[in-house]
Amino acid sequence: MFEISPAEWTAILLSLRVAVIATLVATPFGIALAWLLARRDFWGKSVLDAVVHLPLVLPPVVTGYLLLLSFGRRGLVGGFLADYLGIVFAFRWTGAALACGVMAFPLLVRPMRLSIEAIDRRLEQAAETLGAAPWKVFFTVTLPLALPGVLAGMVLGFAKAIGEFGATITFVSNIPGETQTISSAIYSLIQTPDGDAAAGRLVIVSIALAIGALIAAEWFARRATQRLHGN
Amino acid sequence: MLRVDVEKQLGDFSLSASFSSEGRVIGLFGASGAGKSSLVNMIAGLLRPDRGTIAIDGETVDDTAAGIHVPTYRRRIGYVFQDARLFPHLSVAQNLDYGRRMNGLAPDPAQHKRIIDLLDIGALQDRRPGKLSGGERQRVALGRALLSKPRLLLLDEPLGALDEGRKLEILPYLVRLRDEANVPMVYVSHDVAELRQLATQIVMLKQGRVTSLGGVKVLT
Repeated sequence: MFEISPAEWTAILLSLRVAVIATLVATPFGIALAWLLARRDFWGKSVLDAVVHLPLVLPPVVTGYLLLLSFGRRGLVGGFLADYLGIVFAFRWTGAALACGVMAFPLLVRPMRLSIEAIDRRLEQAAETLGAAPWKVFFTVTLPLALPGVLAGMVLGFAKAIGEFGATITFVSNIPGETQTISSAIYSLIQTPDGDAAAGRLVIVSIALAIGALIAAEWFARRATQRLHGN
Repeated sequence: MLRVDVEKQLGDFSLSASFSSEGRVIGLFGASGAGKSSLVNMIAGLLRPDRGTIAIDGETVDDTAAGIHVPTYRRRIGYVFQDARLFPHLSVAQNLDYGRRMNGLAPDPAQHKRIIDLLDIGALQDRRPGKLSGGERQRVALGRALLSKPRLLLLDEPLGALDEGRKLEILPYLVRLRDEANVPMVYVSHDVAELRQLATQIVMLKQGRVTSLGGVKVLT
């Protein structure tokens, strides 16, 4: 009964690819931003913080539409990237990854920021007195101590990315094999007569992925506490 | 060895201290709130003076008039904090090796062994800081600072967080360090007995001012 058809596999694999790429690309930006928000005071910080959280509160269809306007073939950024770098987002799986990355970004940044804020800054001072330049302090003390939070953020971001629907379908549509992720496949299937069984299978797959991600995030969080206490 | 002439306003508290010393162990004495830690943090470069100069070993590391402020990581100092501040994600051995790696120094097994023997921390090497007692942690912190080959060692109430028994356990190590390690030290404390045992020269601070300067006799 639980036999996944090739078409369903295509959607599952595409979802995985989109979510993995979105998470991996978003992570360095997420770490940099988390560090900025946790450790620096600068003009416009609260505005930046709000902008990062915007995808969380905006209707996804609005985010998707804004992405279409800016990253579409005739968008300001999209046109430039297509003409000069040959990178096209519109109606491609890369666009799905972009939409998922943007939507997942606030969830990805939050645990990273919290874990950096939790680090005792006096440890960083101690590293400096031992001769570590600021960037070395970051890579040898800050980042390793924040690592569980970084991983937790990646897991949460991944879980969000793999389930993203509204912004993705608005920005890159619902093309089987190119932009049809698990979510948009389920959406299509439940509008098709006799699609219920296939939709049910994909629903189970996405529930399993989500629960797995939550368990992993919880595990990383527990590791973080251990690490900070030096056991 | 150390020349300090600084002013710093910290909220309502104003610190204005001037002294110079060639002593092997400069005891910085004063009640809590006298400005000892702020002064040491300025020597370390963690705090920037509003006005004045600091020179370590003949090198000017702070000169506000000339716009000089050498960052902490280039001052080649060692700093032992009251709360040890060992890196919780590294083993004792990795903590000890941290300064050498950060300064890009070649391994020096002879010095390494000497300091580990001096502080009796050889048996702790594989442990994590979370599994050490307060006294052990402080000894490792001392070793970590020394192994970065500092030209000046700053100790800010290194025994402050320990109970009497532990203090007596660590003091002999500090005496040995003074006599054998050959690194000048600034030793901050509000404990007369500690300074009598360790210091070769005293700088007495009261409410942000140096009130007396001289041998350990000034402590009476």
